Amino acid sequence: MIPLSHYLVVSALLFAIGSAGVFLRKNLITILLSVEIMLNAVNLSFVAFGRFNGTVDGQIITFFVMTVAAAEAAVGLALVIALFRTRESLNPDAFTSLKW
Amino acid sequence: MTSLIPFIPLLPFAGFVVNATMGKRLPKSVSGGLASLVMVLSFLISAYLVWQLAQLAPEQRVLSNTIYRWIASGEFTLDVTFLIDPLSAVMLLVITGIGSLIHIYSTAYMHDEVDSEFARYFSYLNLFAAFMLVLVLGSSFPVLFVGWEGVGLCSYLLIGFWFKKKSAADAGKKAFVVNRIGDYAFLIGMFALFAMFGTLEVRGIATKVAAMPVETGFGLLSIATLLLFIGATGKSAQIPLYVWLPDAMEGPTPVSALIHAATMVTAGVYMIGRNAVLFSHTPETLQIVAVVGAATALMAGTIGLVQNDIKRVLAYSTVSQLGLMFLAMGVGAFGAGIFHLYTHAFFKACLFLGSGAVIHALHGEQDIRNMGGLKKYLPVTYWTFVIGSLALAGVPLLAGFFSKDELLFETFAEGHQILWAVGALASLLTAVYMGRLVFLTFHGERRHDAPAAADAHGHAAHDAHGHGGHGHGAPHDAPPAMAMALIVLAIGSVLAGYIGVPAGLGGHNELGAWLAPSFAAPVEAGAVAEAGAARAEAAAEGEAEEHGADEIALERTLMGVSSAIAVGGLLVAWFIWIQRREIAAQMARSFAPLHKLLLNKYYVDEIYDATVVTPIQVVSREGLWRGVDVGVIDGAVNGVAALIDAGSMALRRLQTGSVRAYAGSLFIGVVLMLGYYLWR
Repeated sequence: MIPLSHYLVVSALLFAIGSAGVFLRKNLITILLSVEIMLNAVNLSFVAFGRFNGTVDGQIITFFVMTVAAAEAAVGLALVIALFRTRESLNPDAFTSLKW
Repeated sequence: MTSLIPFIPLLPFAGFVVNATMGKRLPKSVSGGLASLVMVLSFLISAYLVWQLAQLAPEQRVLSNTIYRWIASGEFTLDVTFLIDPLSAVMLLVITGIGSLIHIYSTAYMHDEVDSEFARYFSYLNLFAAFMLVLVLGSSFPVLFVGWEGVGLCSYLLIGFWFKKKSAADAGKKAFVVNRIGDYAFLIGMFALFAMFGTLEVRGIATKVAAMPVETGFGLLSIATLLLFIGATGKSAQIPLYVWLPDAMEGPTPVSALIHAATMVTAGVYMIGRNAVLFSHTPETLQIVAVVGAATALMAGTIGLVQNDIKRVLAYSTVSQLGLMFLAMGVGAFGAGIFHLYTHAFFKACLFLGSGAVIHALHGEQDIRNMGGLKKYLPVTYWTFVIGSLALAGVPLLAGFFSKDELLFETFAEGHQILWAVGALASLLTAVYMGRLVFLTFHGERRHDAPAAADAHGHAAHDAHGHGGHGHGAPHDAPPAMAMALIVLAIGSVLAGYIGVPAGLGGHNELGAWLAPSFAAPVEAGAVAEAGAARAEAAAEGEAEEHGADEIALERTLMGVSSAIAVGGLLVAWFIWIQRREIAAQMARSFAPLHKLLLNKYYVDEIYDATVVTPIQVVSREGLWRGVDVGVIDGAVNGVAALIDAGSMALRRLQTGSVRAYAGSLFIGVVLMLGYYLWR
């Protein structure tokens, strides 16, 4: 059987890839996708812990995360469309007017 | 019987309360009538109590009533006690008696004011009387000080009564500030006495000080009494704090008569008399008192010689006479000083009220150069004014003669020949300027014509008096209420001196004998009989000694000199201002610098302005206002605000608006926190 550490390493790698995407990519839709990758990295570690502890808690919480992720994707994409309509751009650096 | 004592000040105070709260709605006859009535009642109570006092043996003449315990702190207690002894008896009668007359006079004089102003005037006047009575009745320094400050306040209010006129408001302020300087010294003197004796009761201090030797040199006791005397110079208008009194003439004339001639300004003299035992133990201070008194008498007399405002002449005359009183106090002739205070109250009140009648008749004209020839229009005013002037000048057999003569005689007899000469010179000046005042005001040709000129003065209200019926040309004499007060005071000016006929004229100084117990240390109850007997013996001896042939000869000689001075001074005035009018102008020309110096009052106001007022203003403006207030206090407050502002300006740069920057800082924060928990 594959040990827990392997799952956790994969999970960490996925999380790192996701956060790198959030910080480095210049497209809002890609950033949203990167956020989804980070959420799924966390889901993976939950499920892995659940499996190794012999409980269903990890799987239950994963369903919650997926629900939130679906809602977040819907709201996020709606915002992206609204932002694109105002600025004709998807570069996050174009939207910095919300400050002091 | 003693339970009546509190009512003496309480009645005028009640009058004040009524007039101050309801005066606006009362008609003039009620507010003025009430104010006068309470004064008359107060006078009657005082007279009754003084009569009771006179029934007692001389050593026991003290009536006191403790109202309540004011301060009780550990060992120290202080009661509010009102005390009538021979000295305060004299003051009581002067204040309530002359005060009543002036209240009655005022009902006519102030009649042109509107109801609310009229009531305001009488409420102040009543309040003044109440405080003045507290001053003379108080048996301890703090109670005396309450009255002392109270009369200062009322003086301020009354000088500035016509406060819409800037000069009146300024004069009130000046009086208040100058008095405050004296009060400050007085307060410190009081503290010094408390530190030395542990009590503030005047009689307690007198008992303790009587057991001490007379202070030689200038020690602590002398400093304390000197401080008290500085307080007295403020209240009683002596050098160097006399400058407020001439300006105080901006107030209504009856106020000048009551406060700035007859009562409040005598508070300093009274205070020294009240503490006679204390002052007797500090000869150095007494020397200063005498010299200051003589110098003030001379200086004010010379200024009075050239002033042109009828009230200012009288004001400088008051300063001069107060100087003579201090001279008497300073040479230890306390009885003579109080005697002059008492007679002076009559004729100076008479003169001020007379000048008020003149001003009233001329619709506010105060310049004697514009008067003249008023004798036939104002007979009552004229005759009472003449009697007052003669009494003030010291013409024989009038009140001023007896008191001034006694005062100068005592000065000479105590061995102060130079001070006597200064006092005699001041008396000569008195006779000359009073002669000038009478002759310029009432004699000669009439130089006053248009009543309309009055509009320029603050007295404009008098124009609304309805003079149409009288015809505008002829000034009318004093109305009955004013005439009554003038006549009573004129009679007083003639007769008041006869309670102190000197031995040189075959009399006996009743007033001096009456006052004597007040100037000696209080005697314990048990020792009264013994002391009384001893005193009677001593008095008998003293009498024989005092009225030795030499003494009487000296007294008669000096009496002759002062009579000659008085009559001579009046004759000089008559010659200059009636016989040869051109001499006056000629003298003013040939002594132009001197004349100018006197006319400008020795430039004392200007000197004070330059040396005291301006530096204080500059320091206050540049140092305290712009330096301390704006610089330090405002600087601290604004500095804190500026610091926060600058910090916020720096910190707001952190908020970039970039989503990724926020996400980055969030990420770094979480990593740091986790790292801390993992590796701690």
